[in-house]
Amino acid sequence: MNVPCNRIALLGGIYSNYLALEVALRDINYRGVDAIYCLGDLGAFGPFPDRVFPLLDEQGVQCIQGNYDHSVGHALDDCQCGYTDPRDNYFAQKSYDYTLKNTSDTNRCYLQHLPKQRQLHFGRHRVLLCHGSPRRVNEFLWESTTTDHYLDVLLDDLEIDCLFATHTGIKWKRDLNAGRRFVNVGVLGRPENDGQTCVWYTLVGDHGSGPVDIEFVPVHYDHRRLAREMKGEGLPEAFQQTILTGWWTTCLESLPSKERKKGRF
Amino acid sequence: MGLTSDSTPTGLRVALKQLEHLWFQVAGTRCNLSCHHCFISCHPANHSFGFLSRAQVQRQLKDSVAMGVKEYYFTGGEPFLNPEMVPILIETLEYGPATVLTNGTVLRDSWLQQLVDAELQSRYSLEFRVSIDGVSPEQNDPIRGEGTFDRAMEGVTRLARFGFLPIVTIARSWPLDKEDHIVEVFADRLRRAGCDRPRLKILPMLQLGAEVTRSGPYAEGDRITEEMLVEFDRSQLICDHSRIVSDRGIHVCPILIESPDSLLGENLAEADRSFSLEHGACWTCYQHGAICSNPSQGK
Ligand code: SF4
Ligand code: SF4
Ligand SMILES: [Fe+2]
Repeated sequence: MNVPCNRIALLGGIYSNYLALEVALRDINYRGVDAIYCLGDLGAFGPFPDRVFPLLDEQGVQCIQGNYDHSVGHALDDCQCGYTDPRDNYFAQKSYDYTLKNTSDTNRCYLQHLPKQRQLHFGRHRVLLCHGSPRRVNEFLWESTTTDHYLDVLLDDLEIDCLFATHTGIKWKRDLNAGRRFVNVGVLGRPENDGQTCVWYTLVGDHGSGPVDIEFVPVHYDHRRLAREMKGEGLPEAFQQTILTGWWTTCLESLPSKERKKGRF
Repeated sequence: MGLTSDSTPTGLRVALKQLEHLWFQVAGTRCNLSCHHCFISCHPANHSFGFLSRAQVQRQLKDSVAMGVKEYYFTGGEPFLNPEMVPILIETLEYGPATVLTNGTVLRDSWLQQLVDAELQSRYSLEFRVSIDGVSPEQNDPIRGEGTFDRAMEGVTRLARFGFLPIVTIARSWPLDKEDHIVEVFADRLRRAGCDRPRLKILPMLQLGAEVTRSGPYAEGDRITEEMLVEFDRSQLICDHSRIVSDRGIHVCPILIESPDSLLGENLAEADRSFSLEHGACWTCYQHGAICSNPSQGK
């Protein structure tokens, strides 16, 4: 597909955080973009999973399938997040069961049929949007465990200039050979373990020459309301704490040491 | 089984899909301990594999760039018996993330200080995986040697004191239904030892090397069959995305280095060949999945 224009917005995992999604979409509209994409994991973690779908639809957001979407879409037994710790799995399972139960059949069908990746031409740039990595939907691409040459070889093999992913929950970017870029766009679903309650999305600009331009945009939303609603829905207390404090309380075992040290737990 | 072309592995052969993890048998088979279950029978006088020199490691690091390696792992024996271990790690952190598998008993403050500085300067993580057996000297020491539990705990504390977050790996020596309890007790003990964010990883027991005499070798039937590989996610196997460098060359995986057929070539390009999963250990890999990646607690 050809995007003629010069600015697109990329949303990472939404994790049912419809309140943050609303604010992000309003902000994106205000700034003006030519297209909006979501890199998958629409549900998880938060309350009322069905609420994100009409918002995405209204704004014509084009989604790809995350591991969670694949699981919910096919009503699998678990979320395939790739966690390996029993405590992480315990909480992940609780929220997965809730999400599956509260996602309508129509929306599950929509998730089931989402494409796994999207290739775009953005100005002169050949771009690939994926969820975890082009190799595995649930591969974690963390800043401190992803080498430059790993990304270079990946981009060479795929013949692209820019690769965008999400899945880890923490945004970062890397400049590669010949003006090429890798960006983890972060997530709208939960804060990124730095003690701030805001969440993030990414704007990508093209100036006709040089590499694409990346802007990470913070999204401040009514996180207290989200936590209240999570409580009302019986979602794990540990998850509410993350929303209220900006520190991760679960899924810590998948973090490499550098990323883990930046958090509190 | 006849030879098959590497691009279309059939039957029991697994091709290297992508070299993501590069391992170094950096201390050869030399270890200050001689654990009963050591799967390559390391001990202080086992010279069957030698140390890798800094120059040897450097050569492979350079070659690994073109292959797009994502992470580097160091094992032995005890890596810190290699006199060049600290500079080797410092150099590696210029290329990518490094993980060292150590028994934790020979670490020195001066080394750790250099490594803290190197990790701070690098954009990549340095991980320590310290192996212990069981939650007490009573469980650990009969396997790993008198006093080794306390010495390893001391190592973990020392690492924590320098700001590292060591991952403690335990070879499973208890029934599965006791696991949650044992993990909990142990995490508590680590906290009391000054490791305020304990990371634990449980490994399945491999019946190789010294372990053969402890719990008996693999039975004839403990082999992967072709049917078992149909629809199996091969990325669960280390050999699908890894290779290991020893002083003899490049082997298919860290588990089988003692088998002559594991040696695939002299450099990384030559080692990009498929391998037939005919060994008993392959069966364990199949049952338990990748036992050697970092996320704490694999089952
Ligand atoms: S298991 Fe580890 S510590 Fe024990 S002898 Fe083997 S290499 Fe050394
Ligand atoms: S032991 Fe495991 S990693 Fe090694 S070749 Fe066999 S299956 Fe592959
Ligand atoms: Fe995901």
